[in-house]
Amino acid sequence: MKNKLPNPGLDDRIPSHQELERMEKEEAGDRPKWDNKTQYMLTCVGFCVGLGNVWRFPYLCQSHGGGAFMIPFLILLVLEGIPLLHLEFAIGQRLRSGSVGVWTAINPYLTGVGIASLLVSFLVGMYYNTIIAWVMWYFFNSFQNPLPWSQCPVNANLTDLVSECARSSPVDYFWYRDTLNTSTSIGDSGGLQWWMVLCLLCAWLLLYVCCLRGIETTGKAVYVTSTLPYVVLTIFLIRGLTLKGSLDGIKFLFTPDLNELMNPSTWLDAGAQVFYSFSLAFGGLISFSSYNSVHNNCEQDAVIISIINGFTSVYAATVIYSIIGFRATERFDDCLEGNILALLNAFSLAEGNITEGNYAESLQNLNGTFPETIQSLDLKTCDLQTFLSQGVEGTGLAFIVFTEAITKMPVSPLWSILFFIMLFCLGLSTMFGSIEGTVVPLQDLNIFPKRWPKEAITGIVCLVSFIIALIFAQSSGNYWLALFDSFAGSIPLLVIAFCEMIAVVYIYGIDRFNKDIEFMIGHKPNLFWQVTWRFVSPLIVLVIFVFYFVTKVSSNVTYIAWNPSSEDFPTLEVLEYPAWIYVIIFILAGVPSLVVPGTAMFKLIRRCCSNKNVYGAEVDTVSAKVQMFTTKT
Amino acid sequence: MLVWILFLLCQVGAPALAQDLCQRDAPNGYKVRISLKTALGEDAYEWNQSEMFFFQATMAFAMRRHFQMETYNVDNIILCVQTSRVSFWFVVTSPDNTTMLIPKADVEKAVRMSRHRINNAFLLSDRTLEFLGIYPTLAAPVNPDTPPWLIVFGVVIGAVCAGIIALLVSSLLQKRRKEKGMTEDGQDEEDMQVKGVENGINLDGTYNRGFTDDDRFTKL
Repeated sequence: MKNKLPNPGLDDRIPSHQELERMEKEEAGDRPKWDNKTQYMLTCVGFCVGLGNVWRFPYLCQSHGGGAFMIPFLILLVLEGIPLLHLEFAIGQRLRSGSVGVWTAINPYLTGVGIASLLVSFLVGMYYNTIIAWVMWYFFNSFQNPLPWSQCPVNANLTDLVSECARSSPVDYFWYRDTLNTSTSIGDSGGLQWWMVLCLLCAWLLLYVCCLRGIETTGKAVYVTSTLPYVVLTIFLIRGLTLKGSLDGIKFLFTPDLNELMNPSTWLDAGAQVFYSFSLAFGGLISFSSYNSVHNNCEQDAVIISIINGFTSVYAATVIYSIIGFRATERFDDCLEGNILALLNAFSLAEGNITEGNYAESLQNLNGTFPETIQSLDLKTCDLQTFLSQGVEGTGLAFIVFTEAITKMPVSPLWSILFFIMLFCLGLSTMFGSIEGTVVPLQDLNIFPKRWPKEAITGIVCLVSFIIALIFAQSSGNYWLALFDSFAGSIPLLVIAFCEMIAVVYIYGIDRFNKDIEFMIGHKPNLFWQVTWRFVSPLIVLVIFVFYFVTKVSSNVTYIAWNPSSEDFPTLEVLEYPAWIYVIIFILAGVPSLVVPGTAMFKLIRRCCSNKNVYGAEVDTVSAKVQMFTTKT
Repeated sequence: MLVWILFLLCQVGAPALAQDLCQRDAPNGYKVRISLKTALGEDAYEWNQSEMFFFQATMAFAMRRHFQMETYNVDNIILCVQTSRVSFWFVVTSPDNTTMLIPKADVEKAVRMSRHRINNAFLLSDRTLEFLGIYPTLAAPVNPDTPPWLIVFGVVIGAVCAGIIALLVSSLLQKRRKEKGMTEDGQDEEDMQVKGVENGINLDGTYNRGFTDDDRFTKL
């Protein structure tokens, strides 16, 4: 099929197959290399497997029909995730460059795609590392018994518990007050919180020490950061299964509700989850695979990593929901106990008259004879299903729900330390890919002088990110982070991924790409890859993008805030963003997306302007008149 | 005769009077609620008259401890309105005048002072031996000199800074070693090129530097 846009000069910009063979044999060039295949696989797995596997997938699974969610998830994993992953691995391995280098080599007008990847990696890296700073704060606070979030603090005159804590819960109070010291709205900045600044500094310094020399240092770090989460998950699974109520949680998670498959938002959420879970379009994966040898089997790698990623999501969901089941059962038991005690006290019945078993009928009897008394008691309704479906996602799951569950387990500090080490490792290994996706394009763009060592460039990137990330250390930092999460890491990535596929398939040329893969791994990609690369995957990404764009633009953009003086406290208050936030939203989502056509326009204009000077520029040399043409655009 | 009738009346009236002093919602009385099964589970003892006597004795002890001058006795603690929950009301009479009740505030002070002893006497806690209306004082928070999180933070950051310095220093040393090695190799290569040695074959003629292949890959 000759579906290809004209692309002159492609052969001059990319190394040919013979050159690749020569480079392979002579090991020429100062391009870094992986010490062994394991490091490469662990780095990619670490980049793909992140916090989203632990706190986004379980929530989606539970809210979209449990076991039934596996069906759209697995289908889209195969149709969208694996092809895109294979594409990024193959193009990086073939063109042996970071994201900017790869897209520029394909066509100089496509540099914008690389720059967009750079911007997205930078913005996402900033707020992602702040989450790691929060994890570290909780980790530092886990070295005490009892844990600080297990009980409310007493007020100044030692008469009662602090009101904000008594009305909500100790875990809520510790998160919103002790950790974030959150203000009531995004406009109210509230100044920097010194303990958060310290944790942020620690997070960035730790990241710097691991990324100091690029893959030389990250390659060693991933032996720990990519494997430890699995160890901890297994420990938690064994611990969880021995707790009361854990099987209820797992059953709740996986009970299929096939009606959810009719709901389009289930499929869209599944597609979005697959896409974001694979850390595609950040540029990091292209960079990592460019350090491989030319004949590395990237097809096998893509399939293996996709399977590992999918398996990790399901495994983490099982563990999380076993613990959530335990917490829900504890809450249910407490609720029931409270009600029984109230009844015993009101009617002066002997202890043991009303138990969990006969609670329902006893309540009915008493209600029949003394309805007013029962009314005045204000008994709470205790329903296990309600407690189970209080499934939260994101930071709420890790820092509120899970920490509460941990306080109810014996030897809580140990479980707390393990849990936060796991979250830390998951986040850090994703940050390696983010930093790679920021630093390598900066080097390719020659923004810094060539003789500056990689250590200095990485240091500057970390320093600038740290300074800008100080906005997340303010009182309103949590709201800023939610803003970044919604806009910086969603729409631009979909745009970039779509452009990547169009670029490789229609501008680079699918025929050339097929030959390249045949050269690299020994056989041409089969029909499955052809169909998905050409039609299916771009279509899926386009559909998700249109849906997201329409939803975000048409709905009122709101956020939830913690306000102790609001009416529904402790329920979070829903507020609308102030008008000036829309400028920030445009910078986060619009600028990276518009950089793609913008750079193309810029180069076009520059070429047109300099074209006028080409004609007629002649140089008189000794031997002959030589006409000068511009060869470099 | 009259004395004998008065004596009879006293015998009958005293308990009746006592009953009047102690009643549900008595203005100077406290309700006590005991949750034995919650506190002790399987080891819960039975609440009977002996336990009630023990309670009277403990309360008398608490009153004596607080007031110190006055000798309270078991008879000064009057109990009533027992239920199977186990809950009951009690009032305290003055040792000098059995018709006069000790005010609520004084009883509260006495109970607060000896709360720990009273709880321990019955193997119960503040939660399971409740004096309704007397709230337990909350434990003062333990404030360590340095918050424990700062200590862990210090350890981690110290290790990280040490790591950064170690890696940077080793990078610098590596680079210096490479540069020294390169200047020696570089000279040899250039000499070979100038002398016209290419692919190990001596070529005739001088080497034209104009055709060195120094930018094979196009820049942006």
